[in-house]
Amino acid sequence: MGVMVRVPTPLRRLTNNQDKVEVEASTIGEFIESMESDYPGFKERVMDESGQLRYFVNIYLNGEDVRFLQGVDTATQSGDEISIVPAVAGG
Amino acid sequence: MSFVTALRCRECAREYPVEALNVCDFCFGPLEVAYDYHAVARATSRRRIEDGPLTIWRYKDLLPVDDDNAVDIHAGYTPLMKANNLGKVLGLDNLYLKNDSVNPSFSFKDRVVSVAATKALEFGFDTLSCASTGNLACSVAAHAARAGMKSVVFIPSNLEAGKVIGAAIYGPTIMAIDGGYDEVNRLCSEIADSYHWAFVNINMRPFYAEGSKTLGLEVAEQLGWRFPAHCVVPVASGALLSKIRKGFGEMVDVGLMEGPVPTRMYAAQAVGCSPVVDAFNAGEEMVMPVRPNSIAKSLAIGNPADGIYAIQTMKQSGGAAHGVQEEEVAEGMKLLAETEGIFTETAGGVVISALKNLVKRGLIGKDELTVAFITGNGLKTQEVISDVAQPLTIKPTMKDFEAALNGQTPVRR
Repeated sequence: MGVMVRVPTPLRRLTNNQDKVEVEASTIGEFIESMESDYPGFKERVMDESGQLRYFVNIYLNGEDVRFLQGVDTATQSGDEISIVPAVAGG
Repeated sequence: MSFVTALRCRECAREYPVEALNVCDFCFGPLEVAYDYHAVARATSRRRIEDGPLTIWRYKDLLPVDDDNAVDIHAGYTPLMKANNLGKVLGLDNLYLKNDSVNPSFSFKDRVVSVAATKALEFGFDTLSCASTGNLACSVAAHAARAGMKSVVFIPSNLEAGKVIGAAIYGPTIMAIDGGYDEVNRLCSEIADSYHWAFVNINMRPFYAEGSKTLGLEVAEQLGWRFPAHCVVPVASGALLSKIRKGFGEMVDVGLMEGPVPTRMYAAQAVGCSPVVDAFNAGEEMVMPVRPNSIAKSLAIGNPADGIYAIQTMKQSGGAAHGVQEEEVAEGMKLLAETEGIFTETAGGVVISALKNLVKRGLIGKDELTVAFITGNGLKTQEVISDVAQPLTIKPTMKDFEAALNGQTPVRR
């Protein structure tokens, strides 16, 4: 069993409209590479040309913003849940 | 019919049809409403606006709504007051207060929700929803009641009683989330992906955001069709600051005002949650999220979606940013109340104290036309200033009255 990924609407065209997918990964960086290999086009959607996460993309690991963890180096475990959430206005 | 042509990504300019969409499929950038400004320019005029209703709907030519029947509880056209007493304390001779705390649900959020609710009905939604730090929940519930829609509002569980009751009275379903606003937001994004509801600040965001700019349009009109030199604005997500400036720019674009816009924009936050101010003052273009810990709960957004645009707007306009100490929040609320008779919530206290500091820093000159934006009502955040309530309790006798008046403890018999 890998990590469970919640896919937001803007990315579901890449995942054949699946709102949840599972991939193998031991870090957030690997998760992005695994998604790219399973669903080509994923990486350029969430990362800019310089390999940084796009400003308007928030990635959460088990509900925690990965920017409060170790960013793309954050370790993931089997059974973890990853959410990809576009930035939202407030408040 | 409106003058809207499309939704357009603010980042990569890809265009989308006018639907309940908020995020660019390609780069995740925010979608914004695009208008045919030439057509607006032909239709609108100062006279036409001045003859319009005393609400935000007097600016309908610049709002993204087709229907003539707006969801309207009379948002907008709030007082703009010259503030001579406060000005004297701060050393300003040309200070104005835009008192948006007297909107129908007691915050500026009625402007954005009136637009979003109207659009939600146009799109055929039956449920109005939002993630909120409190004021937005009050406004969504009120407008849903007026529109005959259902409402489900999501708030952090630690909000002030005035905001929870101020929303609950209109009969929404309230979900109080064990977490801060940023967590409420994340949950709501996921819900919005699965439920066909109009989340005013998520899938309705392009339309919602347009309501904010009416604050700019209104201030310029109320100043006798003049732009202020300085605007001091409370910042949470950062949208309001950018949209006020956008309103000024559009007035030039459609021929209501002569350009260029001279106004400098200033962000006010409290240090317990000041990611936008900190990024600006560090010269950063991006905002790093923080974990909020501030009594100014309506501004406690740690991951502000429009933070980078607020920073760009401050830079381009020659403005600045100030983070006030937490203890200055209540001081600002009291100063405003004692000098001008306006009881604002914590966000207004942040603005007044930030203004005081900006003057001290030499950024705002004595004679320069300055507008401070008071966006929410003090009755909603009574907890932070409850120490002011120290009535002189006396027996109903002249003796006790006079003793109390002269500062003596009344004799108890």
